[in-house]
Amino acid sequence: MIEVENLTKYYGSQMAIEDVNFTVEKGEILGFLGPNAAGKTTTMRILTCYMPATKGTARVAGYDVFEDSLQVRRRIGYLPENPPLYNDMSVSSYLGFVSRIKGIESNQRAKRVEEVMERCSITEVKDRVIGKLSKGYKQRVGLAQALIHDPEVLILDEPTVGLDPKQIIEVRELIKSLGGDHTVVVSSHILPEVSMTCQRVVIINEGKVVAEDTPENLTAKLKGSESIYLEVEGPQEEILQALKGVKGILEVKAEPKDGRSAFYLESELKKDIRRELSSLIVGKGWGLYEIRSRGMSLEEIFLHLTTKEEEV
Amino acid sequence: MRNIGAIFGKEMKSYFVSPIAYVVIAVFLVISGYFFYGMLSSFVQLCIRANLQAHYYRMAPPKLNVNEWVIRPLFHNLSVIGIFMLPLITMRLYSEEKRSGTIELLLTSPITRVETLLGKFLAALALYGIMIGATLLHQVFLFGYGNPEGGPVLSGYIGLLLEGAAFLSVGLLISSLTKNQIIAAVGSFGAFLILWAIGWLADSTGPGLGKVLSSLSLIEHFDNFSKGIIDTGDLIFYLSFIFLGLFLTYRSVESERWR
Repeated sequence: MIEVENLTKYYGSQMAIEDVNFTVEKGEILGFLGPNAAGKTTTMRILTCYMPATKGTARVAGYDVFEDSLQVRRRIGYLPENPPLYNDMSVSSYLGFVSRIKGIESNQRAKRVEEVMERCSITEVKDRVIGKLSKGYKQRVGLAQALIHDPEVLILDEPTVGLDPKQIIEVRELIKSLGGDHTVVVSSHILPEVSMTCQRVVIINEGKVVAEDTPENLTAKLKGSESIYLEVEGPQEEILQALKGVKGILEVKAEPKDGRSAFYLESELKKDIRRELSSLIVGKGWGLYEIRSRGMSLEEIFLHLTTKEEEV
Repeated sequence: MRNIGAIFGKEMKSYFVSPIAYVVIAVFLVISGYFFYGMLSSFVQLCIRANLQAHYYRMAPPKLNVNEWVIRPLFHNLSVIGIFMLPLITMRLYSEEKRSGTIELLLTSPITRVETLLGKFLAALALYGIMIGATLLHQVFLFGYGNPEGGPVLSGYIGLLLEGAAFLSVGLLISSLTKNQIIAAVGSFGAFLILWAIGWLADSTGPGLGKVLSSLSLIEHFDNFSKGIIDTGDLIFYLSFIFLGLFLTYRSVESERWR
């Protein structure tokens, strides 16, 4: 239903996302997980045709978001991080307006507005002015706006932010109930939320996809480790044995590279062993060509995510 | 077309739900009524004095033209008052959508940017139309108690509408450039004043540039309409000016996405 290929977006020279790839099947609920400023909103804005990508393509229901933007927009319901509400309108007239610009036939409009208000439990505030509503109601009006034309694809950007625990549970139930009929992409920076509502998770960090799996597998994969990359000239087997002897090393993988050997090391969390490694290699008379930490491991990204929820 | 109607309806509703429309129309009418009263009473005094003089010198009473003495200056006054009021009509059209994030709703809905733009422009034009339409009441008095020519009145209103539409297209452009309504209003006001007064420099800048400057002035072209002359040159000037304003607004909204 959604196919994203090598999606890249630069704001000026500032990279927002780079080479993002993922697909979403019809009827699936995909969680889009990442710390703040990881590129979740940028990806969603490209998918909803709000802005074009610098490179790469994205297709929704077979239509390219750039070439066939109008076709895509007909099929998509989008709840941005700040619900796009007109504060001086009443709930029902706002939904009436949205139903018009979403292209619902005039004889269907009143019925759709009723249905969607029922579904998001906002019928009791339908004559109130939006600006005077509480945050929870505003969020649900925003959700109603995204659902009103019964779109095939729903893109929800942090739909539970700012809600109280009871409302969060209600919104999650609502999202779960949308799966099957609708293809849903939900972004969040809260791990339990995603594992509760989604069938599959894409983790994005600093503009790149770092993992993609089911919530269960992802949790299992997580080990307390840090990764280091080494490039050494010398006898591969001998080096491998020597490296395994270093204290704190959990796992070493070796592969030949341009006449030298590349090593991928996993070491204990929160322990920088690069000093020991380099003195070992130099001491043995091998050539050390490169040593670097391979950035954040999955675990560390998770540490930046909210992993606990209060009182939920 | 249907989508233009949806945007138009939304904008009209928001003009009349908030006090903006009422305040703008009321202030406009009070000021224009004040000028109308002033001009009319000095015209009446002029007529009385002229008649007395004619009587004294035993001459035929002079024919004073109400079109020339009241209606034409009234149109000029209306167009100047418009310069002060029009920024208030256009200031929030795009800037408020950008500030509140509702622009995301409009840009991700299955309506085109042109439809959004035209809906907004037509709503602003409709409010302006209501505003100047209310001054028809002044004409009712003139036609009721005197016999002015109808043609120049009609052409004057056509001119007012075109000139206002040109100002509105510039106001819309400036509103699309900022998130802040106050900046949009002040910027539009400044731009309107410059466009209004640009012809004043014409005399001091030599014949070549002077001609260009005076034909750029929105008021200069209005002069013919207020005299009762509908010149195709003026018509084309206004229509192309409106088109340019709307086109640049469209581009400005479009460019937002590429940044």
